[in-house]
Amino acid sequence: MKLKTIALAGTMSLMSSVAFAECAYENTVPLKSLSAGFEAWKVVTDAMAECGNFEASLDQEFREKQPEAFAADPALYQIGGVANGTMVPLQNAGTIRPLDDLVAKYGQNLTPNQLIKVDGKVMAVAMMVNAQHLMYREDILTDLGLDVPGTYADVLAAAAKIKEAGVVDYPIGGTFKTGWNLGQEFINLFLGEGGEFFGEGNLPSINNEKGLAALEVMKALTEYMDPEYLVSDSTYVQQQFQQGKIAMSNLWASRAAAMNDEAESQVVGKVKMAGAPMGSAFPATTIWWDGIVLAANQTDEQAEAAFQVALEGMDEEVVKANNDTSIWLIPGYVPGELAAGAAASAGAGAKPYPSSVPFGILHTALGNGLADYLTGAKDAATTLADIEAAYVTAAKEAGVVE
Amino acid sequence: MKFKTFAVFVGPSVLMMLLFIAFPLVSVFIQSFKITQPVYETVQMETCTPGFLTQTCVTEEKSVPVLDEAGEIVTQTEWVGLQSYINVLEPERAWAALSAGDWRAFQSIDFWKALRFTLTFTFITLPLVLGTGLAIALVINNAARRVKGPVIFISLLPFIITPVIGALSINWLFRGDGILTATMERMLDRDIALFAQAWTIEILMMVYRVWHVAPFAAIVFYAGLQTVSSDSLESALIDGASRWQRLKYIVIPHLMPLIVFVGMIHLMDTYRVFEEIVGFSSQGHVISLQWLTYDFLQPDQSGNRSISRASASAMLTMVGIVLLLIPPLKRTWRDHRGSH
Repeated sequence: MKLKTIALAGTMSLMSSVAFAECAYENTVPLKSLSAGFEAWKVVTDAMAECGNFEASLDQEFREKQPEAFAADPALYQIGGVANGTMVPLQNAGTIRPLDDLVAKYGQNLTPNQLIKVDGKVMAVAMMVNAQHLMYREDILTDLGLDVPGTYADVLAAAAKIKEAGVVDYPIGGTFKTGWNLGQEFINLFLGEGGEFFGEGNLPSINNEKGLAALEVMKALTEYMDPEYLVSDSTYVQQQFQQGKIAMSNLWASRAAAMNDEAESQVVGKVKMAGAPMGSAFPATTIWWDGIVLAANQTDEQAEAAFQVALEGMDEEVVKANNDTSIWLIPGYVPGELAAGAAASAGAGAKPYPSSVPFGILHTALGNGLADYLTGAKDAATTLADIEAAYVTAAKEAGVVE
Repeated sequence: MKFKTFAVFVGPSVLMMLLFIAFPLVSVFIQSFKITQPVYETVQMETCTPGFLTQTCVTEEKSVPVLDEAGEIVTQTEWVGLQSYINVLEPERAWAALSAGDWRAFQSIDFWKALRFTLTFTFITLPLVLGTGLAIALVINNAARRVKGPVIFISLLPFIITPVIGALSINWLFRGDGILTATMERMLDRDIALFAQAWTIEILMMVYRVWHVAPFAAIVFYAGLQTVSSDSLESALIDGASRWQRLKYIVIPHLMPLIVFVGMIHLMDTYRVFEEIVGFSSQGHVISLQWLTYDFLQPDQSGNRSISRASASAMLTMVGIVLLLIPPLKRTWRDHRGSH
């Protein structure tokens, strides 16, 4: 039995590597890429490597290395993998190159949706999107006769029922880890309320009734969470789901596949995806994209080769062989059950993550400042006022506020 | 030794110290008085990002740094005097909170919150480390010759473990339903969440630090114990001194210089407490001064770092260490002069 499984696995991996090995041409220009290290990037860069003369660095610390590596002349990497936020420093430093000419020449198979445009120029080619959306235990909701929650009021009502029934340890899981994660939760909810983060001259405008509403929802959610929520990140929430400890969470789409991973999960097939719960105006989530950029400091010949290799990594075959790895933007992708949540959020008008220099500072200030409200050290208005003050101090130091 | 020989031996080390310690320190000191920032301009800009099926395009005003002809970001540097220190210390808010007697408001300012924890952490662990270290040293000293080797080895183990790894393993043992929390829950028959409030995290951190550093103190004290004169111990025994009296009147005074030495090292180390914060990911509840500096230096999504505030905070941490070290240094100086 065991031998058979191994043999089967062997053939499978052989088959998939055969599926990869089809690069349309032989690349002769030495190329390097630097990107994040999650599964989708591994798939794509593996496919690029099939063309030869290509070396990929998959690095969790890419965000710190990229600006310096791209500022070098010639750049240390020809291809970069970025997301909404991480493109900003490269874009601002002018170290990435417009791609319009290359798209015109080689990009016949790209959809217009994939082209990231800044000021009319194509600066990046996106390959996938990621968003937080509602994941829920279908069996529990059905047993208790509950509908799939559509708003946060519904989520809280359902959580109360689940708590009463006592079927899981905690009804709700949340990525409330102090820092980036916690800041992101506020951003979701504030956008869901239809808030605008900045007023004139990059001054913050979160200390208002929309900000207070967002904070109230956060506090209400924590009542139904593991009391150690301030240390729980995406991986921790994913594990709570897999171990059957929680029933609902607004979690990243990139974590969806793990729910059905039989090696790790005790709830295979029981977790379903729905759109992010609505705030009073929009779904309380942000849409993120990941894609490639090309360094400005390289020769045209290199750029041309790099672009071709990159497209080879992001083509239809790769997507077909790895359909469920991610929510691809590439033609050939068949949205499965796991993509339902992200699709529903997007359909309901979810906003892209509003990346910019001041927003990066605000995100940090939020991430550091919100815990005081949740632990009860400060009231809501003071918390928001202090976060605004912290933002202004940092923004003045960075030069974006006079 | 001839001066020339002395200089040749010491030269490289002095050069290294200047290059890698003194110059960076001076540079940080200067950094803390100025701010370097890119020059921004506001431009109307259309950005298009993928939605699910179609693109979302928004036109908005964005702050974009100005680039020069060479394609470099134009920066301006300004001398701001003590502004960065004021930004870190927030003296006005701190004073307002203090004079209103509002401890909570005072503790909501990062620097003072960090200082409170750093000092508590330093002064609570200090006697514990010295005490535990001495106890372990006495145990080793009194162990039978045959088991001495293994006992030394085992008691040194915690010190060998990389600090961050050690902190992480304690974190995993107690976090959520970690093995030890689950065991405690079973024994006490109630739900325990050690990472849900500040004081439990602080206790875990202190226990971890004592566990980690006590072996160092122990090994130093053990070395010291070998030099206690057996004559005085024997005469004390004849005079009818108890074990405790011998320890108190002979051993501890003999070890005093070593105790001061270990104490000083410990003060310097714990005032820079950092691994515990990262290992226990306790930022939501507890932060330390060193972590604050690190946090200022961490770039955000858009690559911003607060270099000036980080420099100011680093300088303040150094001032703190110097202040802490003055009493033990004074003592050593006095002893040193006395002995000549």
